[in-house]
Amino acid sequence: MTAPTPIRTKAETALMAQYEALRRELPKQAAGQSAREAAMATFAASGLPHRRIEAYHYTDLRNLLREAAPLAHRPSATAGSSVEAGRFLGDIDAHEIIFVNGSLMHAEGLASQLPKGVSIGMVADTAPGILDGNDAVVALNTALSRETVTLEIAQGVAVERPLHLAFIQDAGAPQAVFARVCVRIGEGASVTLLESHEGPNAIATQSNIGVEIAAADDARVEHVRVNAEGDKAFSLSSLGLSLGHRACALSLNLILGSAISRHQILARFAGAEAKLRLDGVGMLDGGRHADVTLVVDHAMPGGESRELFKTVVDDRANAIFQGKIIVRPHAQKTDGKMMSAALLLSEDASMSNKPELEIFADDVQCGHGATCGALDENLLFYLMARGIPRREAQAILIRSFLGEALEELSSDELREALGGLIDSWLVRRS
Amino acid sequence: MLEIRNLHAEIDGKPILKGVTLAVKPGEVAAIMGPNGSGKSTLSYVIAGKDEYEVTKGEVLLDGENILGIDPDQRAAKGLFLAFQYPLEIPGVATMTFLKAALNAQRKKRGEEEIAPADFIRSVNRVADKLGISREMLRRALNVGFSGGEKKRMEILQMALFEPRMCVLDETDSGLDIDALRIVAEGVNALRAKDRAFLVITHYQRLLSHIVPDTVHVMADGRIVKSGGPELASELEAKGYADFAAQTAA
Amino acid sequence: MPAVQETVDRVRAIDVDQYRWGFSTSIESEKAPKGLSEEVIGFISGKKGEPQWLLDWRLEALRRWRTLEEPNWARVHHPKIEYDELYYYAAPKKGGGPASLDEVDPELLKTFEKLGIPLKEQAVLAGVEGARVAVDAVFDSVSVATTYKEELAKAGVIFCSISEAVREHPELVRKYLGSVVPVTDNFFATLNSAVFTDGSFVYLPKGVRCPMELSTYFRINEQNTGQFERTLIIADEGSYVSYLEGCTAPKRDENQLHAAVVELIALDNAEIKYSTVQNWFPGDKEGKGGIYNFVTKRGDCRGKNSKISWTQVETGSAITWKYPSCILRGDNSQGEFYSIAVSNGHQQVDSGTKMLHLGKNTVSRIISKGIAAGHSDNTYRGLVSAHRKASGARNFTNCDSLLIGQDCGAHTVPYIESKNASAVFEHEATTSKIAEDQLFYCTQRGLNEEEAVALIVNGFVKDVLQQLPMEFAVEAQKLIAVSLEGSVG
Repeated sequence: MTAPTPIRTKAETALMAQYEALRRELPKQAAGQSAREAAMATFAASGLPHRRIEAYHYTDLRNLLREAAPLAHRPSATAGSSVEAGRFLGDIDAHEIIFVNGSLMHAEGLASQLPKGVSIGMVADTAPGILDGNDAVVALNTALSRETVTLEIAQGVAVERPLHLAFIQDAGAPQAVFARVCVRIGEGASVTLLESHEGPNAIATQSNIGVEIAAADDARVEHVRVNAEGDKAFSLSSLGLSLGHRACALSLNLILGSAISRHQILARFAGAEAKLRLDGVGMLDGGRHADVTLVVDHAMPGGESRELFKTVVDDRANAIFQGKIIVRPHAQKTDGKMMSAALLLSEDASMSNKPELEIFADDVQCGHGATCGALDENLLFYLMARGIPRREAQAILIRSFLGEALEELSSDELREALGGLIDSWLVRRS
Repeated sequence: MLEIRNLHAEIDGKPILKGVTLAVKPGEVAAIMGPNGSGKSTLSYVIAGKDEYEVTKGEVLLDGENILGIDPDQRAAKGLFLAFQYPLEIPGVATMTFLKAALNAQRKKRGEEEIAPADFIRSVNRVADKLGISREMLRRALNVGFSGGEKKRMEILQMALFEPRMCVLDETDSGLDIDALRIVAEGVNALRAKDRAFLVITHYQRLLSHIVPDTVHVMADGRIVKSGGPELASELEAKGYADFAAQTAA
Repeated sequence: MPAVQETVDRVRAIDVDQYRWGFSTSIESEKAPKGLSEEVIGFISGKKGEPQWLLDWRLEALRRWRTLEEPNWARVHHPKIEYDELYYYAAPKKGGGPASLDEVDPELLKTFEKLGIPLKEQAVLAGVEGARVAVDAVFDSVSVATTYKEELAKAGVIFCSISEAVREHPELVRKYLGSVVPVTDNFFATLNSAVFTDGSFVYLPKGVRCPMELSTYFRINEQNTGQFERTLIIADEGSYVSYLEGCTAPKRDENQLHAAVVELIALDNAEIKYSTVQNWFPGDKEGKGGIYNFVTKRGDCRGKNSKISWTQVETGSAITWKYPSCILRGDNSQGEFYSIAVSNGHQQVDSGTKMLHLGKNTVSRIISKGIAAGHSDNTYRGLVSAHRKASGARNFTNCDSLLIGQDCGAHTVPYIESKNASAVFEHEATTSKIAEDQLFYCTQRGLNEEEAVALIVNGFVKDVLQQLPMEFAVEAQKLIAVSLEGSVG
């Protein structure tokens, strides 16, 4: 069946025009251009994905993205920002790598400040190495990011303090930000990455951020991503993870902000016996819409994956979890378990869960679970019978429910910082 | 201390309590015995204020004040404690965190100051040692992965820590082996005092040979059908509940 | 389970060639002209002496069908079906409407006898003492016999072929036909609405508990023939019925299309239990031939406290595409789906259920057991949803898959959508092989590996088997055992 060419929406037309403008602005470098051209062609062919595209069934971008905001201008390389990056996280002892409106700040000075074995650079080519280039959001990210910022951790280096990639939307009017970061962690190296996104309230900012993390054999990485964007933000993000032989990766996504967000993760097992942990904490209120979609692709034998996503949905908010575990033929001895649990805190909240198993190898142990419901009245009663008021009892239960998804973090400092974000959300709620 | 007057309660429109009248004086240990389905557990839930039960008639007075209609946490602050038949597991909430939150919430409602952290830890440890509860258990999430006996001991620990004046024990003996039963009973006996009363709900006489009651009430079909002294428990053990069921029918 | 290499090898060797029901019967038949057109539909409708409204209904369906495209979202692959190359009506010449069993073609009786289906009232289903089951037997496009009709009539139960119901009870048919699966519901249901030939009709009057199990056996015999039966069951207030269906077909090299529609309606306090043992020809070991089983089954719990329970044992067909569903409309209504799907050879199964919670305090339960062997693909696909008004809705879902051999696939695709905070949904799914320690335990107790596998697989599906009525459980167990002989143990 060949679908008829869809009528372009206003947003689609605007995005294509933005690409034309960006192409004129960017220096003509052959390698970079061809990837962009191809990506834009992919996007032009498919348009914004809609509900009949399975992966976007619950987040119909054609319908949700009515206006494509103009591309944010590149700030001068040394410009200050109106906000202090990552302040909302409290004091985190980390090496800061700041992006304002998608552009890396102080690139020159950074290199000397980063610890030994860590190097940062920029390349014009934005072709994805792990992410799926056929996905419309990734294609847009490829076409419209100005460059790829690369971060390399040399073989065998253990980076002590976390590297904090702090993304800031510095906006006074609606604008769109595209950025691509590629992190390569050398053989046996280890690092903690903190990725934070923040922006102003009340302004319809848009973002499309692509991050790729390639962990070589025996590498270890812990990646914490915090979405604290403004309350009118439209945030699209894609994370590509690749795990080498015996590599070990954890990625935790915490959602606190954005009016509409979609975070998609593609994790590929490129080497045998790798271990992956994906966790998520979602706190949704008002009329927010948050979609977390992940694909865990076990292509090699002996891999282990664990996913735990906890979501609380209040007011009129709408949460979506889609998680697929694929076990390819010959990926024997794969052990994969996925769990999504949601608490609906109000009459008008809604949750859609779509866990999926796609299994082509027989010697595997895979499973998934999904639950959805209100706070357990028996637990509430037990707490109240011990003297704790209802609202506080609810907070305790929500806190412990969400807190479970933080337990695998090895850094106490980060766990406390994220716990603090949960607490502040609970305070705001009561 | 506790006075129940002509209490009627139902769940989903189905009447369970059909006129319970009962009084427990300060310092008294009263036992309620009865067959399964007689309404014993419902009575304990209604006293503590569980939402799903609807009281259709009657009163429950604590120190002369009707407590029906106030929230369970307020009742707890007034010194009412229910030891659950099936204590709940709360994943992710460390036992110590829970104990402290509960104790301070009660104190706050009574207009008392928060307990000093050092005093708190000292009191918990003291009680825990008596009940054979290890420090390691206190660090774990509340009741998660605890055995049946450990959960019951944790209930008694809370009772000792909160120092309530009116304690309701719902089938505290169920699921306990003889050693655990002795530890639990000793924990309860240690708390007997002039100004504290107990309502011990049980199916079997077994618990009552460890916690000797002052009065025994027999419950059947939602009512107290007979009251007497400790000898009534032995009588029941010998004859069973059948005779009392007949009285109810009459 | 690499340990049981022997089993895997035997799967390859024996595969599904031991399909026991693969004989064909030579019976003279009368067919409609090949292909799909207004004329063919007029022919079918005329053959059955249908009223004008039904002919119009069919023609409208045909018109709508021509605007639809075959669905492509299921995980199944097949060459394009040439709908104009099929026969849409075939009837045994002597059949049509036998007045009594004595008039039924003896060849036909023999066919059903071979299948173990009793068309004589004193006979009983193989292996079950004393159990009485009323049977409606459908051979290609027509119902050839319905047993126990008189006794059922005494209880007020109407059990007949749908063609007869159109003639005898037009008011019921007109009221309920298409009320659960609308004419335009989906490609295959719309096709069925245009060309359906026969099927069973059941009506339970108020307060009647059906005195025996009802069952229909479907048999495709003719070549190049599609089978499009339509079943309609209405349980009026406070009634109860347990209904069973079984299906077989001869071995043919070409694929045959089966596109049925089943509609169930349960009014206040009524209960319908619907069980299926589907054993259409699955194709040979190369994946040649076999039935394309594209079926729409849906139950509507229209009344309060009503209950609809689906149980299916799916072992046959080259492709299975079916999602027996429940619309839980009435307050406190209940829906259940119990499924065993065994796939082997080159079979493709994409099956599951939909539980749509609309009413308050509605409860649903899904237990699905998939077993994939050979080169097959076995997918569970399901939807559980709670409408905004479905306060107190509950669902529990458990989907387990077992893989035997390295060349098969097992997939689970559940959609779980809640728009009501007081709804509680729990879903769990696992995919695994048979645990080595279970196998070891069994072999240590003296079973050989294949026996051990069979035993464990039987345990794996036990929760669902228990849901089948006794009369069918025996048959289903035998059927699975046969499938297991070659496929898993």
